[in-house]
Amino acid sequence: MIGLQHYMVVSAILFVMGVLGIFINRKNVIIILMAIELILLSVNINLVAFSAFLGDLVGQVFSMFVLTVAAGEAAIGLAILVIYFRGRGTIAVDDVNRMKG
Amino acid sequence: MIHVLAFYLFAILVVSSGALTILSRNPVHSVLWLILAFFNAAGLMILLGAEFIAMLLVIVYVGAVVVLFLFVVMMLDIDFAELRAGFVSYLPFGLLIALVLLAEIVLGIGLWSAGPVELAQRAAPANPELSNIQAIGGILYTRYIFLFEAAGIVLLVAMIGAIVLTHRARGGVRGQNVAKQNRRRPQDAVRNINQPVGQGVEL
Repeated sequence: MIGLQHYMVVSAILFVMGVLGIFINRKNVIIILMAIELILLSVNINLVAFSAFLGDLVGQVFSMFVLTVAAGEAAIGLAILVIYFRGRGTIAVDDVNRMKG
Repeated sequence: MIHVLAFYLFAILVVSSGALTILSRNPVHSVLWLILAFFNAAGLMILLGAEFIAMLLVIVYVGAVVVLFLFVVMMLDIDFAELRAGFVSYLPFGLLIALVLLAEIVLGIGLWSAGPVELAQRAAPANPELSNIQAIGGILYTRYIFLFEAAGIVLLVAMIGAIVLTHRARGGVRGQNVAKQNRRRPQDAVRNINQPVGQGVEL
């Protein structure tokens, strides 16, 4: 039978996958943003799994707020990416420290 | 039995499409794998009985956020091969970190066990008579109404921020000025002349 632990292991693997994505795609901001989305998805799976197995709905409500924040983060991140590309013609993260002022 | 089968199907697909999201060469393929990962995560959440969150994942995430990613990937003309330069050199270190993190989390999950949860200690016990969407609506609009409105403010700020960041006034664009058009009167714009026959018009 599938228990809470199964869902937690899936979510842990997905979380680690997101962290690994941030490490190996260090220059490509778009993939880094997608890896962050994967991390937030794994957090959501964890919240919903706990909510279902403990019979408590608050986990699902908070999962909705995580979704909200993730959507806002993606929108702002991509907007910053677009104006950064407009100014420099590249999205390499190495040069972002020159973005002062 | 079918439940177990469905769980393993969704779990394997979500993990493998997550892996392909971060490993694929082409960012457009990455976005498409991310869409598959979200669909399978929605399947996992349906198995858990959280239909509302599953639908939210499909509609809001796949329908809006990931499509926004796709727009940006296709809009920016980027040499992605150049951005992959350090991929292999970062791989061993990244794998090491990932394996250590995974081992720690799985160890933690293995040692953790949910004790007997008292019904009185639950913040919002699920009512088995109500459907999932009814139950969530019941607590979202009563007990968590301020948090819900705060989420709305977060989205509003994100929207305004994205517009302010990306909006620019470009020079040399001839836009329509409705007030100027409405101010224009025939006596300012039209001139009647008595043109003699056989001569050119002088404007």
